[in-house]
Amino acid sequence: MTPQNPISLDAQGRESRFDANLDRRYLFDKIFVSLTWVAIAIAIAVLAALLFDVLTDGLAMFDWQFITSFPSRKPERAGILSALAGSVWLLGLVALFAFPLGVGAGIYLEEFSTDNWFTRLIEININNLAGVPSIIYGLLGLQVFVRWLGPITGGRSLLTGSLTISLLILPIIIVATREALRAVPDSIRLAGYALGATRWQVVRTHVLPNAIAGILTGAILGLSRAIGETAALITIGALTFISFLPEGPQSPFTVLPIQVFNWVGRPQKEFHDIAASGIILLMIVLLTMNSVAIILRNKFQRRI
Amino acid sequence: MPSVDLSSPKVSEMWKPNRRASRISQTIVKFITGLFAFVSVMTTIGIILTLIFETIAFFEEVSIFHFLTDTKWTPLFSSAQFGIFVLISATVLTSGIAILVAMPLGLMIAICLSEYASPRARSILKPMLEVLAGVPSVVFGYFALLFVTPLLQKFIPGLQGFNALSAGLVLGIMITPIVASLSEDAIFAVPRSLKDGSYALGATKRETILSIVLPAALSGIVSAVILAISRAIGETMTVTLAAGQNPRLGLNPLVPVMTMTAFIVQVSLGDTPAGSLAYKTIYAVGMTLFLITLGLNVFSFWFVRRFREKYE
Repeated sequence: MTPQNPISLDAQGRESRFDANLDRRYLFDKIFVSLTWVAIAIAIAVLAALLFDVLTDGLAMFDWQFITSFPSRKPERAGILSALAGSVWLLGLVALFAFPLGVGAGIYLEEFSTDNWFTRLIEININNLAGVPSIIYGLLGLQVFVRWLGPITGGRSLLTGSLTISLLILPIIIVATREALRAVPDSIRLAGYALGATRWQVVRTHVLPNAIAGILTGAILGLSRAIGETAALITIGALTFISFLPEGPQSPFTVLPIQVFNWVGRPQKEFHDIAASGIILLMIVLLTMNSVAIILRNKFQRRI
Repeated sequence: MPSVDLSSPKVSEMWKPNRRASRISQTIVKFITGLFAFVSVMTTIGIILTLIFETIAFFEEVSIFHFLTDTKWTPLFSSAQFGIFVLISATVLTSGIAILVAMPLGLMIAICLSEYASPRARSILKPMLEVLAGVPSVVFGYFALLFVTPLLQKFIPGLQGFNALSAGLVLGIMITPIVASLSEDAIFAVPRSLKDGSYALGATKRETILSIVLPAALSGIVSAVILAISRAIGETMTVTLAAGQNPRLGLNPLVPVMTMTAFIVQVSLGDTPAGSLAYKTIYAVGMTLFLITLGLNVFSFWFVRRFREKYE
């Protein structure tokens, strides 16, 4: 049993100088795997607890009357209609501004631009913008859209809010557009050029139709970020209590998450419960948008 | 071979390329989309300029020395004090707790999803993480204030209704998906040959992950963690709702504190006329916030450049 040759193992594999100690190492392996699953379990347990908590608190008050009533000082009569209308208005306006801007910028960067300083500047800039906290966009909106452009935007209005949020989600839409365009095979473009089409003609007739599902997916994910955004809108001065419907882009407004924030911030337990009802509505809107995005994505993946 | 006479009247009628119109429309579209791309640059310039102008106006009224050395934050009182470190300490506290939660959790989730989970389990778990990532921050604030805090109060006697601990813990859960999904991308990018080499030398899967895969993915993981930290620092609604509105210097997680973002919200909720000191104050705080997150981004950029392993 004296280890003449340290590499060679004996029958048991234990006595030689090459001590693999496999049992212990495999034990650590097992512990490690369990820990990674515990991590996943914790994340999912928190998500489940959150949903359970919101549902138990909020379902009692969540009914048609809640959706169709205006906010009230009495919790049993309070509803979320003005916030829901505000969110729908905001979503529409943000889509109107951010979609063409983001898709256009994505097309430029992916299809038209050459690798020059302007393109690199924009790319670095988009990466940086993604790291800027949303409340900073709120400060920008407060100064530029409320204070300087106040006569056009109507001050603390829907228009101000949607312009601010559009700037906020622009990087998301640009990045998604670029990824979708990149997924279109180059052979399609080359075939178009070979037939004498200009870059724009190729993009319009062949690249965009192939990429549109991916672009829409990214745009919807960006918009679902817009639906949940609160801090930037509070900063530009969206109201927390209004009992009328927005009449146009220059009207003051509130949105679902701000209404929820307002209710959570009150001391009474009853308001906390209707805050949970508001959260249920918010989550329904979000989940609907995300499922549409996922359906589009699956369709998109099958095609290319 | 039969040849086609291209100059015959019939063929040239069929083939009428309007090259001029094509070129003009191409130029117009290129210009317009370039302009759209430039909007993002304008946004950055706008952010920097507004922050700089209002911050300069702020420092005309409050000395930068007081801003950095005062130990109280009472800008709305008559005897105003502007110790920014009061707010920074609260932000550091909540995001510190958050990253202590999110880093181990997110990294373990990333390892599990990329190395251990079956494709089937992955296809169920990833959408769940995406749902977690998509929950609006005001919902996490509700959860922290009305679920986590009462729960923790059963175990920690001195815990107050508003506290940095539950805000930080929930913030950590909130940024876990960011750490997890970006780290997973980084781990996924490690080439198979490296792992196979490790297995061939007799390493177990855990040993391969810990000593080969993670070091190879280090730059990506670090940038994921830094992005998560900067998200936690800029996060607003969770800390405003759950951590409270009491400016307090120190790192005690059991009492109410006020983060930089919570202060901006507090002022914004009131009626703040443009040009007033309170209005300028939120821009000075915003500038501080912006500089901190920018510093983190630059550091992450540098780190990735410096330590990225290139394969292929």
